[in-house]
Amino acid sequence: MVDGLARIKQDPEPHKTNKVRSVLKLLYKKRWAYYFIAPATILFCIFTVIPVIRSFILAFQEFRLMGNVWVGLDNFKYVLTDPVFHKAMRNTALYTVIMVPQGVLKALVLASILRNLPEAMQTFFRGAYYLPGVASAVVISMVWKWIYDPNFGLFNLILGKFGFGPYPWLTSPKTSLTSIMLMGILTAPGYYIILYLAAMKKIPRELYEVADIDGATPFSKWWNVTLPLLKPTTLYITITSIIGSFQIFTSAYVMTQGGPGYSTMTVVYLIYNTAFRDFEFGLASAQAIVLAAIIVFISIFNFRAFSTDVQY
Amino acid sequence: MTSTGGLHWRPRGILQWIGAILVFLFIVAWAALSLLPMAWMFTSAFTPSSALVKMPPQVSVKNFSLANFKDLLKKAPLLPRWFLNTAFIASVATVANLIFDTLAGYAFAKMDFPGRDIIFWVILSTMMIPSQVTLVPMFLLVNKLGWYDSYAAILVPGMCQTFGIFMMKQFIQTLPADMEDAARVDGCSELGIWWRIILPLCKPGMAVLGISVFMGQWKSFLWPLIVLKTERKFLLEQGLTTLQQQFFTDYGVLMSGAAFAAIPMIIVFFFFQRYLIEGFTVGDVLKG
Repeated sequence: MVDGLARIKQDPEPHKTNKVRSVLKLLYKKRWAYYFIAPATILFCIFTVIPVIRSFILAFQEFRLMGNVWVGLDNFKYVLTDPVFHKAMRNTALYTVIMVPQGVLKALVLASILRNLPEAMQTFFRGAYYLPGVASAVVISMVWKWIYDPNFGLFNLILGKFGFGPYPWLTSPKTSLTSIMLMGILTAPGYYIILYLAAMKKIPRELYEVADIDGATPFSKWWNVTLPLLKPTTLYITITSIIGSFQIFTSAYVMTQGGPGYSTMTVVYLIYNTAFRDFEFGLASAQAIVLAAIIVFISIFNFRAFSTDVQY
Repeated sequence: MTSTGGLHWRPRGILQWIGAILVFLFIVAWAALSLLPMAWMFTSAFTPSSALVKMPPQVSVKNFSLANFKDLLKKAPLLPRWFLNTAFIASVATVANLIFDTLAGYAFAKMDFPGRDIIFWVILSTMMIPSQVTLVPMFLLVNKLGWYDSYAAILVPGMCQTFGIFMMKQFIQTLPADMEDAARVDGCSELGIWWRIILPLCKPGMAVLGISVFMGQWKSFLWPLIVLKTERKFLLEQGLTTLQQQFFTDYGVLMSGAAFAAIPMIIVFFFFQRYLIEGFTVGDVLKG
């Protein structure tokens, strides 16, 4: 690239045709690079860039078979005043606010404990924590629906032995969302534990040796050395789990169908219903854009709050 | 402390030992709790439904039976078909990603061409956009292309992934340039260099990518749910939810279906555990 541009600059009287020719020559010289990225770039344009633009257009239209009609901000006005959207947003936000901090904390604590174990044991526990994560969300949700079954489920069975219950779990609007959250709370975040362990291994051992010389306790080493150096990983985990929580769909779809009432309706579930049950494509696009705006906003906020250049 | 390099904490004295044992019991309990749902799934799958709904349920080795699986195949004759569909789709998607992600990753990592950085960052930045934004336009596009209710709707958009391109770029960047240069001097074509030099060196990265694409595709749910209509064409996850709607109280049958879908993933996990667990550090986005 550099020599091509340099040649253009050195040309004392660059005629337009010469310029174009030398650019074309340069592009021809680099043609293999363009061939290599062509499939990815073309697919990306067709299936990401154009749909994103189309989504913004659709959000200002009402979908009709005869051709869409421009409706200005009507879709957004409807979305922002729609009580069902409010309920879905509240559920999703509550889910995120509870699930993200406990997930990050759990991963951090479990990884910090595992770090002190011998290598073989670490491998075993990493596997044990990660294994449930290989099953799909559909499978996991089906299993938990069975565990939560009010009549024959494992939970009511065990609690019944101690004289508690039976509890309705998923079948009462009062407890349904809590039950979905409890499922996540009782699951070990295997993927995040692995990320944390990998990041902990990268912290140079000299830092701990220096802390030893200063007579630091194990806890203060963890607090003052490990924790600050894990910040980039914590940021990454926080952002990905916020994004994941905001997109919760499958467990609500499989376990409760969003009910009873709207007690477990989530934003993505609502988008799905609006688009593919009611075929209100304009409205669904507006809902999706509101969701995306919230996610992007929170991600940027997190970046600002967390990102300090960590060098070691 | 210094003997362990300050990395590991070793208990000293009786109080610290008690603390250490309690902490150890804590992580064992967590592991057990994590594995409990899966254990319960398999237990339920291999126990006849009639024994499961007794009070208390008759779960024991004596009751081991394949009745639920037989029942499952009778009630859901399409299940093996869904299994094959899913295996086919996941395999094709994996091969396609291995080709296109490494091609693009190689160009972005090792080649210098006008527009490289802009194109790369535009592609990468869209990872932030949640996929729900493109759901409706993608559905309309797929309809216009005549791909509704066909596997093209799933396979073509999934042929390469931003995550995969990024991961392969990061991986290829760490490879030394000597061999490529030598091959270039010997008159090897760029495509030849990619095939003969880059791909063989990329094997560990490709293993990680291949496994995550395969597993991701195997577990995908929302998009197939939207674009596939004919029951014969369903993928496993989607098929399972239709079973759940039909036999919602027959948990023995449902759990055998769930186990049927989960077993391949568990096998993949045990075979490729090393790649899965190491691989995540390769794809660590922020470390870019």
